[in-house]
Amino acid sequence: MKFGVIVFPGSNCDHDAYHVISKHVGQPVDFIWHRDTDLSTYDAVIIPGGFSYGDYLRAGALARFSPVMASVKKFAQSGRFVLGICNGFQILCEAGLLPGALIRNRDLHFICEHVFVRVATNDTPFTNELTPGAVLRLPIAHADGNYICDDVTLAELQRDDRIIFNYCDKDGKVTESANPNGSRANIAGICNSSRNVLGLMPHPERACEDLLGSSDGRDVFRSLAATLAAVA
Amino acid sequence: MKAKVYVNLKPGVLDPQGKAIHHSVELLGFSGIADIRQGKYFELALDNSLSEADARESVARMAREVLSNPIIEDYRVEIEA
Repeated sequence: MKFGVIVFPGSNCDHDAYHVISKHVGQPVDFIWHRDTDLSTYDAVIIPGGFSYGDYLRAGALARFSPVMASVKKFAQSGRFVLGICNGFQILCEAGLLPGALIRNRDLHFICEHVFVRVATNDTPFTNELTPGAVLRLPIAHADGNYICDDVTLAELQRDDRIIFNYCDKDGKVTESANPNGSRANIAGICNSSRNVLGLMPHPERACEDLLGSSDGRDVFRSLAATLAAVA
Repeated sequence: MKAKVYVNLKPGVLDPQGKAIHHSVELLGFSGIADIRQGKYFELALDNSLSEADARESVARMAREVLSNPIIEDYRVEIEA
């Protein structure tokens, strides 16, 4: 299995993602510059966190027009796996690969802290090694993480079990006071209808070593690796 | 020719920046303001190679596909001769 980490001007969690794949997943991984368009040798691509194009216009809005994104769309349509983290989630929403949008945090602040998220389902290639209801401690670092969608989209996401992570308290209770940014229904991560594209605001790649305060994020990458091993 | 594009959050979409500005201007003593919504304004200098109608259509498409995110924002295009 081979992983790719897409690098835009302004990406800053690309090395974290690369490190996790090479060290903790133990699989080959390449950086993919945003002008490259050949994804044929990859099984999964990660769109990392950061501030692609300085978040000009809207977070993720300009990265969507990078040459690599047309390839990412085809890659996703072919059933291969795309994981968008933080700015990657914003880009996937702007590109129409995931529904909804991420707007300015409810309280305007840039939030940089560890939060708890509840794994709503393990029926995804990214959470199949987890237990539904499991609570992960992951860092968030964003100003535009307030997930918004219309009622019809929310009903679809709920009906199809596509809300994958919810902000919660340490006991796993999904409450308004545990919602750091105002996201609708405490949504921290969703997948597409084919379940092969996942976007989330928290950073699992920055929570893979106890030294960094949490290693809960490893399970996300372990799940994806298990999926790819089963497919191979 | 000049095109002006106004992009605003749709009604109902939370605008914490507008709220913060509203709060600040009230602190400064400005009264009678019920609400402030912050938007974006783009000014495009056009090179006159397009007719006004074509320019309007082209800029509207740009506003729809790039300058705004139709999930959260509305846009308005004005063309000035």
